[in-house]
Amino acid sequence: MTGAAQHLPPTAYDDATPRSGGSIRQFTSFRVGDEEYAIDIMAVREIKGWTETTALPNQPDHVLGVLNLRGTIVPIFDLRCRFGLGLTAASRSHVIIIAKVNERVIGLLVDAVSDILTVSPDQIRPVPELDRGATAEFMSGIISVGDSMVVILSLEKLFGRTSLSMEVAVAA
Amino acid sequence: MIALQRSVKDRNNPLAQQKVDDRRDVRKAMRQPTAVSNEREPDTSSVSDLKAEASRTMSDTAVSSDDLSEFRSAFFEECGDMLVSIDTQLSGADTCLPGVAALNDVFRAVHTIKGAAGFFNLEAVGQFAHTFEALLGAAREGRIGDKDGLGRLLVEGADVLATIIDRSRDGMSPPQGLGQDVASRIEAFLNGSEASPASPESTAVAKDHVAADAPARHLLLRVRMLGANPEAHALHARILAELGRLGATQLKTGPSVDPTSPCTWDVELITRHDDDAVRGVFAFVDHELDIVSVADQAPIADAPGPEIPHEERSEKPASAPGKGKTAVTTIRVDLARIDRLVNMVGELVITQAMLTQQINDQSGGNKHQLRQGHEDLANYTRELQECVMAIRMQPVRSVFARIPRLVREISSKLGKKVRLEMSGEQTEIDKTVIEELADPLLHMIRNAIDHGIESIEKRRAVGKPDEGLIELSAAQRGGNILITLTDDGAGIDRTRVRAKAIERGIINPDAALSGEEIDQLIFAPGFSTVEKVTDVSGRGVGMDVVLSNISNLGGRIHIQSTFGRGSKFTLVLPLTLSVLDGMLVSVAKETYILPLTNIVETIRPERQAVRHLANGATVVAIRGEFIRLVALSDLFNLAGAITEPWKGLVVVVELDNGSKIGLAVDELLGQRQVVVKSLQENFDPVPGVSGATILGTGKVALILDIEQIARPSPRLLDADYRSGRTSQQSHEGFAA
Repeated sequence: MTGAAQHLPPTAYDDATPRSGGSIRQFTSFRVGDEEYAIDIMAVREIKGWTETTALPNQPDHVLGVLNLRGTIVPIFDLRCRFGLGLTAASRSHVIIIAKVNERVIGLLVDAVSDILTVSPDQIRPVPELDRGATAEFMSGIISVGDSMVVILSLEKLFGRTSLSMEVAVAA
Repeated sequence: MIALQRSVKDRNNPLAQQKVDDRRDVRKAMRQPTAVSNEREPDTSSVSDLKAEASRTMSDTAVSSDDLSEFRSAFFEECGDMLVSIDTQLSGADTCLPGVAALNDVFRAVHTIKGAAGFFNLEAVGQFAHTFEALLGAAREGRIGDKDGLGRLLVEGADVLATIIDRSRDGMSPPQGLGQDVASRIEAFLNGSEASPASPESTAVAKDHVAADAPARHLLLRVRMLGANPEAHALHARILAELGRLGATQLKTGPSVDPTSPCTWDVELITRHDDDAVRGVFAFVDHELDIVSVADQAPIADAPGPEIPHEERSEKPASAPGKGKTAVTTIRVDLARIDRLVNMVGELVITQAMLTQQINDQSGGNKHQLRQGHEDLANYTRELQECVMAIRMQPVRSVFARIPRLVREISSKLGKKVRLEMSGEQTEIDKTVIEELADPLLHMIRNAIDHGIESIEKRRAVGKPDEGLIELSAAQRGGNILITLTDDGAGIDRTRVRAKAIERGIINPDAALSGEEIDQLIFAPGFSTVEKVTDVSGRGVGMDVVLSNISNLGGRIHIQSTFGRGSKFTLVLPLTLSVLDGMLVSVAKETYILPLTNIVETIRPERQAVRHLANGATVVAIRGEFIRLVALSDLFNLAGAITEPWKGLVVVVELDNGSKIGLAVDELLGQRQVVVKSLQENFDPVPGVSGATILGTGKVALILDIEQIARPSPRLLDADYRSGRTSQQSHEGFAA
């Protein structure tokens, strides 16, 4: 709890929390290409090394296929490709982040997992307006860590049920 | 749970508390404090007069012995459950009296046993239960207090009740005087404490006269209990017992012999209570109930039902206790446990497949024995799996049972005349499939009546009989269940469907569609041909939802429709969702699984047997038959596959409509039983793929959907689609 919050009556503080994101949040950060990204740590189920996937026919390029995760079939997405930066040449050094998005379990292929960030709300900056509005949609904020920055991704926007195979236009 | 329902009912429905228990046998059993039987006399005697009259003409409508034994086994099964709960509640009662809640539970259980025993003419059970109930009633009211020996008497009573029920289950009449000692001690006990002024029995009896002035009515109740059927069966004996409390009952037709089917029965009731009271008995059961008033003098047989147990008893000589005991043949099991079992067996199958792989990969050692042992394991695994799957199978009857009422409701609402014919209700299908099937099927029926069957005037105009006909049937075919819904209505007006689809932007105005493809448009999202939104159907959430429900089950819908003559919808559903016999094929180093039931044969065609037609299609001639060839590598856009069919293999598969296509693949990898995993749990539907499975290597392999592959809409091959422009399109494209 922050010093400022202690002086507020409890109800006012509670009311303020959801909107301003008043509580401290944790993110898992990872690297795709030269950029650092982060997703809410609560969504992350596990992190595993890259294994060969089974391709799904006639899917957009960023859908790499499916994996067997202890009896469950999990689709794997190439984040780099999803961002329109071309396919990742996946190797043993690459990492799959298994995450839960809207009751679905999906896997994200990234270059490497970097860190766990504990962030107070005032460290999260809004995403600046971009030329291509659609691209900004799946970024929900930017964390400044020292003089570098980490983009917070909204998995719901990126891989929500309706947009799983729909957003190729963005990548194209 | 049932006890809970009862307690709620007792609170909400004072009529259920009334004890117009006028069955001859139970009445005989009433060695009650005299005050009570005096109160009772006027009501019961008048009803028994009616019954006596009834016996003269109705004695031939006795319950068949099959029906009754079905009842009896359900009753004893229930009794077993209740005796266990009585024992639990009364455990330790001889040292420390149980609380009021526990006594209430025991009271209710004994009360229920008493009621049902009356119906089955199990005099000894009813008699003792009645005495025991009186003791429990007094105990829970606190009228006895902590009097010495109460606790022990309760335990003894429960034991005697259990013994009598056990004896009766075996068809023996319990020896005279069994429990007599305990019964008389109970009575002595009660008489000793009868000094307290307000006996609950007498207050309860006083209520009996609420309806005593009303004339007795002779009713025919047609009952159809819905929902989980084993439960319905267990409940129905109880309901009969409750009805017995309202008046004289006579079972006309009993519930079906199959305990997994919906419980349907007719019962006659002579009662002074109104319909609400009768309906109140059913308040906590998912049911349909028709109350028909029978002509006043139409009589009721004087307890002909119980004759059968009499016979049974006299035929079976009393044998030594413990010998020839009739075992309970069904148990109720938590569905979650079965699901866990199913999952474990699934994993076992996968592990076994993995072992197969390992064994085949290894060389040397005592390979023969290893193989033999492994083959045995495979056989046992398979058998085990089939047994486990069979637990989940249920007749489709439980879904079909709801339909007659729906048809009646909708047709009367729409002012149409409709006759429903159903067949194949006994066809068994996985419980999950059944549950998911209900909604789409009911919707299709609604559609058939609303949109299919014409109004009476229109039917007359085209020379059809006033009454429309809807036929619903179920049948098993291979690994599938076919459910067909046929109506003799207007059929699909393709011109209108096409126009509407263009208007709604579902198809391009210049789209070249075959008649069948136009029919399929009714499954497109947002499509509805009826201008007027009716109560019944046509809110625009219609057939597309039906289609998606059915395809989520791994099923398909086919339409055959002739304009002006009617339509036929065929639902093809998998028998079970969890296992599949498959053929593993490889295409461009990918492994796919074809359902074995679809495969006719596999051939390597002669080069000259493969012909390219002018329209771009490729056919292969097999014994004079020309079969369309589909290259999986083309369809799925795979590089590195064998492109000349005569170098690879052609798997000939049969479709639901009987036609055949040939799938060009690289090679066959063998036949295997696979555990079906959902792809859609975590991903969108993939056209041409019905599911996935895990191979012995741990890798995922896709299970192909032959029907989708055979009838790709032009969009599947469309460049726009290939790039995956929208997922909506993929749905439409695969509406077929």
